[in-house]
Amino acid sequence: MQVDARHRFDNFIVGSANRLAVAAARAVAESPGSTYNPLFVYSSSGLGKTHLMGAIGNLVQQRSREAVIEYVTLDDFVEQLHAAVAAGESERFKQRYQRIDLLMVDDVQFLTGRRETQSEMLRLLNAMQGSGNQIVMASDRPPSDISDVDERLITRLSGGLIVDIASPDFETRVAILRAKSDERGIRFRPGVIEELGRLEFTNVRELQGALNRLIAFQTLGGDQLQAEDVHTVLGDLPEAQRASAGGAKPAALAGAPGGPLDFQSFLSDIATAVTTHVESWKLRVAEAIAYWNGEGYRTGALDRLLEETTQPPHYEAVLRGYAAFVERLKALESQATGIDSALGANEAFRDPERLQEAEAVVQRALSGATPPPGPSSAFTRAGYEVGHSNQLAVRAADAVVETPGQKYNPLFVHGPSGVGKTHLLHALANELVRALGGNVVVACVGAQQFMDELIAAIQEDTVDRWRQRYRRIEGLVIDDIQFVASKERTQDELFHVFNALHSAGKQLVFASDRPPRDLDGLEDRLRSRFEGGLVVEMQSPDRALRERLYARYLASVASEDPEAIAAFLAERPVSSVREIMGTVNRVVASADTSGVPLSLAFARAELEPSGRSTHQDAPVMKAEVDAFFVDDEKIVWEWEEMGSRLIEEFK
Amino acid sequence: MSLVNYATREITCKIVYYGPGRSGKTTNLHYIYGQVPEDRKGKMVSLATQTDRTLFFDFLPLDLGSISGFTTKFQLYTVPGQVYYQTTRKLVLQGADGVVFVADSQARQLDENIESFQDLHANLADQGVDARAIPLVIQYNKQDLPKDLILGEPELRDAINFRGVPDFSADALHGPGVFETLRGISELVLKRLSTPGAK
Repeated sequence: MQVDARHRFDNFIVGSANRLAVAAARAVAESPGSTYNPLFVYSSSGLGKTHLMGAIGNLVQQRSREAVIEYVTLDDFVEQLHAAVAAGESERFKQRYQRIDLLMVDDVQFLTGRRETQSEMLRLLNAMQGSGNQIVMASDRPPSDISDVDERLITRLSGGLIVDIASPDFETRVAILRAKSDERGIRFRPGVIEELGRLEFTNVRELQGALNRLIAFQTLGGDQLQAEDVHTVLGDLPEAQRASAGGAKPAALAGAPGGPLDFQSFLSDIATAVTTHVESWKLRVAEAIAYWNGEGYRTGALDRLLEETTQPPHYEAVLRGYAAFVERLKALESQATGIDSALGANEAFRDPERLQEAEAVVQRALSGATPPPGPSSAFTRAGYEVGHSNQLAVRAADAVVETPGQKYNPLFVHGPSGVGKTHLLHALANELVRALGGNVVVACVGAQQFMDELIAAIQEDTVDRWRQRYRRIEGLVIDDIQFVASKERTQDELFHVFNALHSAGKQLVFASDRPPRDLDGLEDRLRSRFEGGLVVEMQSPDRALRERLYARYLASVASEDPEAIAAFLAERPVSSVREIMGTVNRVVASADTSGVPLSLAFARAELEPSGRSTHQDAPVMKAEVDAFFVDDEKIVWEWEEMGSRLIEEFK
Repeated sequence: MSLVNYATREITCKIVYYGPGRSGKTTNLHYIYGQVPEDRKGKMVSLATQTDRTLFFDFLPLDLGSISGFTTKFQLYTVPGQVYYQTTRKLVLQGADGVVFVADSQARQLDENIESFQDLHANLADQGVDARAIPLVIQYNKQDLPKDLILGEPELRDAINFRGVPDFSADALHGPGVFETLRGISELVLKRLSTPGAK
């Protein structure tokens, strides 16, 4: 049997009643087998024999890790002996005991009448003492008073030192009470402990029982006990204690000495009953619930555990598991808030039962932290036809790829719709990625997408995260930047992103349908920044470019003399590359439905009769109309809010 | 009713004083009420007739404060003893955690005691409560009356306490035995807390 680790010399209160016993025990513990062997301690029950033996054992073990220590009660010893005899292993039993460096036997008084055990014990003592091993015995009476014991054993037991422990005196009692209440973390008013100590308990255990009662009482209403309350609280107990050391049972019926039970004693009895009957496992679970609730965690699993009527076999494991889940949640939460501080408010981080959800949140946050969309690989620089109308822009783009972030930052490309700005931007972004090592992020988004993401982030309160995404990239390419006009918040955010990236030397490229100075509703701080780099224009494809483009598109379809067709088609002015594709598609589809192969004559017939006038007149007309309307003085740019205007008119 | 709520740390016990008319159930409650310190006193509700007979029931909430961290409240009820208040008795008995049977020790009341005790069993059975399982103590009240008028504890025990539950002699008017009885039933009730399968 193991000695109780709580039994130590430093928490054994020494008084005049036990000083000799403690000194002897210490001497034995410090040099086992050489001073008093055997040491025989006797006292009436509850005065610290077992504590003292535990203290010897712990000290010996502390001084020598290898020391073999055995603490047994006589009953254990007898049982082991019987088992060994029954198994025919009494020799091994003896050998086992002879290897023990310190043998402590408690309750030796039960040797009475056990002849066999006595003779075995005698042999064992002889052998152990012969080999210098320490023996400590404890009993409730001195060896000579243990009746019906072999004379030889008595002399053997008495051969070392016999010490007794008497009932503690007042000072020792007070010291014990103080130590015990300190241990429990309870503070009594001055005088209370002394008052309790004045009661002549002959037994430390009973003294402790009375102290427990005071402690229970003090926790009742929160009021600190007064010294004069001690007698009230303990009721008729002290008299009983004084009357007999055995302790009288409290009177249960009316008419018992001490008068009828009053409310206070009733209360104290109920307190004791509650303390006894409240299920400790439930208390622990409830404490855990209170604790974790206080920490802000949902405790559904524990609440259900509490509803069990019987003690669940693994409730401690459940508690530990819960704590582990909370730890995991905490880790997830800090991971999530690292990405976006607003995520910490997510309820899933407060409920271990929603761990999976919390993990999903983190997962989402992590994926949200993945960079903004990059360029489409379908648009390549190699597939980009250069002509007079776009060469400036393309050269600028090439220069940007050569020295990203240095030469033209930002690069601002503008030109009418369909001239290949988007293609150029994606191609440029792809080249940038390649130029920067291939493993970097260059965002390539439309202004509309940029704005939509921002709005979604505002909606989800994850703007921080959104910003971080754009600040971690190596280059930013935004198409159709004209859409941010009049969008104050987007411009504001764009301004910050611009500054952050620009100051970090990251390349910025923008495309718009008009130059920055014509972007109405664009804040000046942005406008000036756009203009601070290089602004290049892309014009409608010139004839040479048109011809090359037609030739390229026609190459993929079967036709007679594609070069001639391309040359004819290129004569027709178009405003955009898209229009070129549209024309090719139109003639090809028309030839297909007519069931004739595509030829120059067919193309001419298809496009000339109706096509010429519209295609030639329209741009002229458009230009005139535009010129008429694009006049600040003739156009109301900012309509006032409709409601107020109506009200004004009704007045 | 949940007896112990570990989550809110509350213990609530409903204890019903049962017994024949005029056996002293209300007197028990009055004595307890008189002993409770002011700050722990709830309001005692007594619905009594002019002649001081309990018409419906008495109700005494007892706030015992915090015990081992549990807010502990006892609710003491009495039932009207008169035979014709059967419905009220059943009503009050509902959800009781423990029952104190207050017997009148007067010799001439013996039949009433037995009848009421049987009535208690019948009512409990009606509510699906096993009379052998519910905490029950018996109080032999009015033991202060002249010896020739009353039966002694042994006779009463023989006549009523055939189940051998804890029993107490009492003089509810003056106090002896009142708190002993209450303590007796309380301990039985609280003991059920740790009994597996208790409600």
